Amino acid sequence: MPENGEVKFEILSDEDVVPARAEGRALATELGFSRTDATLIATAISEIARNILVHAGTGELRLRPVFEDRRYGVVVVARDSGPGIPDVQAALREGYGSKGGLGLGLPGANRLMDEFEIDTAVGRGTTVNMTKWRARDDLERLRAKRGPAA
Amino acid sequence: MSVPILKQGDYLIATIQSALSDSGVLELRDDLAQRVGKLRSRGIIIDVAALDVIDSFVARSLRTIALTAQLRGARTVIVGIQPDVAVAMVQFQLDLAPLETALDLEEALALLDQSRRTAGARER
Amino acid sequence: MDGETAQVASAPLQAPEIDPSLLRELVSHLREESAQLREEWVKRIVDARLLGVMSADEVYSEATAVYDNYVDALETGSVESLQAYARDLSERIIQRGVETHEVLGIVLLLRDVLARSLFRRYQAEPDLLTRVLDSYEPAANRIAVTVGVSFVEERERIIREQQAAIRELSTPVLQVRDRLLILPIIGVLDTQRARQLTEQLLSSIQANRAKVVVIDITGVVTIDLTVANHLVQTVKAVRLMGATAIITGLSSSIAQTLVDLGVDVSMIRSVGDLQGGLEEAERLLEEAAVVFDDPPGPAAA
Repeated sequence: MPENGEVKFEILSDEDVVPARAEGRALATELGFSRTDATLIATAISEIARNILVHAGTGELRLRPVFEDRRYGVVVVARDSGPGIPDVQAALREGYGSKGGLGLGLPGANRLMDEFEIDTAVGRGTTVNMTKWRARDDLERLRAKRGPAA
Repeated sequence: MSVPILKQGDYLIATIQSALSDSGVLELRDDLAQRVGKLRSRGIIIDVAALDVIDSFVARSLRTIALTAQLRGARTVIVGIQPDVAVAMVQFQLDLAPLETALDLEEALALLDQSRRTAGARER
Repeated sequence: MDGETAQVASAPLQAPEIDPSLLRELVSHLREESAQLREEWVKRIVDARLLGVMSADEVYSEATAVYDNYVDALETGSVESLQAYARDLSERIIQRGVETHEVLGIVLLLRDVLARSLFRRYQAEPDLLTRVLDSYEPAANRIAVTVGVSFVEERERIIREQQAAIRELSTPVLQVRDRLLILPIIGVLDTQRARQLTEQLLSSIQANRAKVVVIDITGVVTIDLTVANHLVQTVKAVRLMGATAIITGLSSSIAQTLVDLGVDVSMIRSVGDLQGGLEEAERLLEEAAVVFDDPPGPAAA
């Protein structure tokens, strides 16, 4: 495992989705995320992984923990060499493919995570970079209120 | 790794054990469609308590099951959605409509019985 | 866990100033003198009135373990096993009532005792003494920080566990009767608190097998878009769990404001006041119950 604790998953078939999201949950739990937030992360991973399968056929998912600004986060990077997304704005629009349509899952994953970035171009594949931060608990909020001296 | 389906009177009860693969979900859908027709079931109860994630694929599949069942005159009730999964689904804006939900098996049976009695009462 | 520890752990004990062969020599000296130095240390601990909650025997036995781990850490240059030991030790002594200043105090005293011992041994050769201290000091300081931080983290972990337990015990969700819950919300409702309350409500629905929940927001200070959206989401989540939510305390003027803001109020079943809400809840519960009790009519078969 590389220094930064990153875990990589090849997404080749639907059987690869479950282990990837289980790891996402495990990582979140280890970092002290609430059960609900761990589920949000796992769900976002599930959607993004499935997105890769549907639109690119194969791809990879990388998960890693981060620590910034005195809080923990989980970063998920999903990469594929698929056709790319021609209109990112449309893809992220509410209702686009979410229910009965193509089910891109992007707007949903966007709603579940705190930070969400897509890097894509037709013929160049797609990279999705998303992060969820652990909500500060009472102790951390108290410390933040008191300022850096605490 | 197929999902066990039990028959309880006029109803079918499917308990999902853990995360299903795509083929598992499709198998369940076909299984239920077949049995509802064959056994003339009036209702399907799907227990998802063991699912720690319900994503758009699962939601779509459940909806398909419900619509297929509806074509055969059966209602579908989903039970056992865990609290954190419910929060995720709402935040994700996953809509299960027209599926109905109940807390557990007991509630689902009561719900299905209830509608049948009111239907019976109306006919009288 | 804390980010600062990550930085402590990543830098090895061996800094450029440390001479490995010298370090080996002073480590073996510290081992040879261990019995005597441990006694000296324990005496200093007692004189400083530290670890008062522990008996003399306990102090001595913990002192032995700490001393050995300390010297091992000096020798191997690795803080990992020291961290593990420090956390384990912290967990034990925190329960006994040992405080942070005591832990820091005894580690620093040990550092002093060992430093003096090195002084005594090498004082005849000032240059050598300087080199010995150049090797010893950074390593010893790193150990002190490691132990201190581990203790504090362990303490925080315990505090968090206690907070979670308190939160569980003091849930604001009330069960008024079978299948009916009330969640009175009072004060400021920020995103964090809204999430917590929703989680507690949903858990309670599961635990109590509730069919109806009345969420009373009469006491909520400000009802803006954020709060309204939280409410709508909570109502939806409650429905997914097979229950019905009734909101009380939402005045019609506020409801209008929310509509204007674009909030989907169709999801919200609202009743003026709590009393009305409870009556509506009772009605809902009875409707269901009455139908359950009806004997099946012949046409239903």
